[in-house]
Amino acid sequence: MAQAAIELIGINKSFGAVRANRDINLEIARGTIHGIVGENGAGKSTLMSILYGFYQADGGEIRVGGKPASIKTPNDAIALGIGMVHQHFMLVDNFSVLENIILGAENDALLKSSIAKARSELERLEREYGLEVDPDAIIEELPVGLQQRVEILKALYRGAEILILDEPTGVLTPAEADHLFRILKQLKEQGKTVVLITHKLREIMAITDTVSVMRQGTMVATRETKKTTVEELAELMVGRRVLLRVEKGEAEAGAVKLAVKNLTVRDSRGVTMVDDISFDLRAGEIVGIAGVAGNGQSELLEAISGIRHAVSGSVMLDGKPIDLTGKADPGELRDRGLAHVPEDRHHVGLVLAFEENENSILGYHDDPRYLIGPFLNVDAIMADAKDKIEKYDIRPGNPRLKTANFSGGNQQKIVLAREMEQDPGVLIVGQPTRGVDVGAIEFIHKRLIAMRDQGKAVLVVSVELDEIRSLSDRILVMFAGRIVGERGPEATEGELGLLMAGVEQEAAA
Amino acid sequence: MDVFNAIVQTLDSTIRLSVPLLLACLAGLYSERAGIFDIGLEGKMLVGAFAGAAAASVFHSALLGLGMAILVSVAFAMVHGFASITHRGNQIVSGVAINFVAAGSTIILGQAWFQQGGRTPALQPGERFEAITWPGADAVRDVPIIGPIYAELISGHSLLVYLAFLMVPFTWWVLFRTRFGLRLRAVGENPAAVDTAGISVAWLRYRALICTGILTGVAGAYLSMVQNGGFVKDMTAGKGYIALAALIFAKWKPVNAMFACLLFGFLDALSIRLQGSPLPIIGKVPVQFMQALPYILTVVLLAGFIGKAIPPRAGGVPYVKER
Repeated sequence: MAQAAIELIGINKSFGAVRANRDINLEIARGTIHGIVGENGAGKSTLMSILYGFYQADGGEIRVGGKPASIKTPNDAIALGIGMVHQHFMLVDNFSVLENIILGAENDALLKSSIAKARSELERLEREYGLEVDPDAIIEELPVGLQQRVEILKALYRGAEILILDEPTGVLTPAEADHLFRILKQLKEQGKTVVLITHKLREIMAITDTVSVMRQGTMVATRETKKTTVEELAELMVGRRVLLRVEKGEAEAGAVKLAVKNLTVRDSRGVTMVDDISFDLRAGEIVGIAGVAGNGQSELLEAISGIRHAVSGSVMLDGKPIDLTGKADPGELRDRGLAHVPEDRHHVGLVLAFEENENSILGYHDDPRYLIGPFLNVDAIMADAKDKIEKYDIRPGNPRLKTANFSGGNQQKIVLAREMEQDPGVLIVGQPTRGVDVGAIEFIHKRLIAMRDQGKAVLVVSVELDEIRSLSDRILVMFAGRIVGERGPEATEGELGLLMAGVEQEAAA
Repeated sequence: MDVFNAIVQTLDSTIRLSVPLLLACLAGLYSERAGIFDIGLEGKMLVGAFAGAAAASVFHSALLGLGMAILVSVAFAMVHGFASITHRGNQIVSGVAINFVAAGSTIILGQAWFQQGGRTPALQPGERFEAITWPGADAVRDVPIIGPIYAELISGHSLLVYLAFLMVPFTWWVLFRTRFGLRLRAVGENPAAVDTAGISVAWLRYRALICTGILTGVAGAYLSMVQNGGFVKDMTAGKGYIALAALIFAKWKPVNAMFACLLFGFLDALSIRLQGSPLPIIGKVPVQFMQALPYILTVVLLAGFIGKAIPPRAGGVPYVKER
């Protein structure tokens, strides 16, 4: 085995009462791509933040290149040749690429020489690794794939020999992700060490040499990628067997529940986000809308649920029109049997400062079931909340707990429980499993399919292609505000990926 | 020629009146560009004005007065920093508190030290910053057009006036051509990017606030040691807030800030000039209206005439490392 680039020995880290990392031992060989997988909250990011000097470990030892290292700040990490590409890019949006590259790595007090040096250095990196990017472009005008490239360049500019990437593909199209993987392989060939943190097991299988699995703050296993399987890794992550693809029968599509016709939506700047879209949603089917984030899916969801003003077109719910002026009463739509699980649960779906039981009736709080005269019927609300907690396995099972204290997956279950338990005819779900753990994903998918089997119409919008393919009976692909194709659930990922990237003709050919 | 002289005189007072606004506005620019809202510009100017006039009067030195104004103003800026950077308090609350403390303490200390109803003693020659007459100013005074412009507009101001206007290109240079400026702008947009680049967010923001304190100190000294011959209670009279409005109006850019402050200074000069004198067509305009004009214009301009002013993105938000 090659010499170890990084050794972590007995790393411990607690945040208050939460032990994020317990006795972590890990050895990463030089010149390899090492994957770290685990559910949200398993402690992956904490561990890497310790390695990058963002946090201090409570105990344990870090060795870099065989020598004990004391990493107290990101500066120490950078000096040791460790670079990190964060999940949320650490870029200044209104700065140029060059300014972002030199930030914190300037030569001296004046910028002139730093900029000149960065410019020539960028040319070299471009030649060596094929990392092409316009040095004078403003970050916010670049697509996310290129923004990420700037992050990688930032690390390389600082002389990184070890590159840590935290969930790098979450925001990328399949094609961009493939490109990233090619870059990572090239970096590996040049002798760099890559650490890839992800919860997407397919990526681990595709690109890593070795993989470590974390669960609840501990390192449960390290495997050679060649000698393991997706199923084994999933089981190690969750601690039990998981169905990665929920089984479902044939859809029995019935009457049209929701008819969208020639819908056009513009955003506040006047840019057309949804461009003349038409489709039907029938009872007893799940229609999935695939697409890279930002291609109009959010606006489409908001228009259908009556939150956003549509310029033209119509949406019929059970044959009757929905008010598209953006002034629709969401309460009225709920009464008509349209339930909406918004994409952004933190800002739209929940009031995080409320107790769980309050959120679990929010929006339905004027239902007579929850009222005594004009007052809330606290007993009924608590009983209802407890019922939902049991049915949806929401943890911790305390309806008095502040919603902000639940994990992302459990928050999502609170919203889903609220909307599904109203027994709506049409359910619209945005990003059903964003930030949700493997185990909870399985549960949520099963629930959605159960809704379908009860004859409900379900519309799912997701940027996760796997999710769309596993859930949908029909798949619509959105690109630049239009539906560029409809496919069945048997469509391959490559085919959908091309549609999502807007390569319509090639996909058709 | 009368009209011409009136115009020159109005422009001359425009310059004098916009100087404290400009200094305060640039002061605010440093802190807001670094992501710290500073509604306490007003208070810092006021303590600067008081400390400057008091020290100048006691030590009989204008320069010592200026030094003391800067020192005290920076000290107040550090209090704001301690509350809003170190302890991540609400920046607006901290700023308002500073304004209250400044308004109260200057009067109490003034009365305790000088027994003149909160005023400081009238400054003698040598304790104030005198007007600097440029070479040849008196000689060309009588030359038509150019003469008055040179003698009145360009020559004959105090050191602090020239300093204020030199601060404009200097601030631009600092922001866009130095490492400190790059980091300062970055920390106001995305402090996490600065933190992960291995730079201390807190220390950077403190340094920005030191710049703010220095400039509000100079602004205060200008009020009590140039424009006026001593400190009078509440002499800032809302200039700190107008400076904040000018900063938004200027979209947080130094050169724009100068023009915004000149505009507000001009309106102020105009309102003084036009008080009591009848205007063509409209006739005599009430004094109160003329005095309110700069504020009315501020509201109108900010409400819709400047397009979208996008503040630094991390402004007002204390930086907490994400977990």
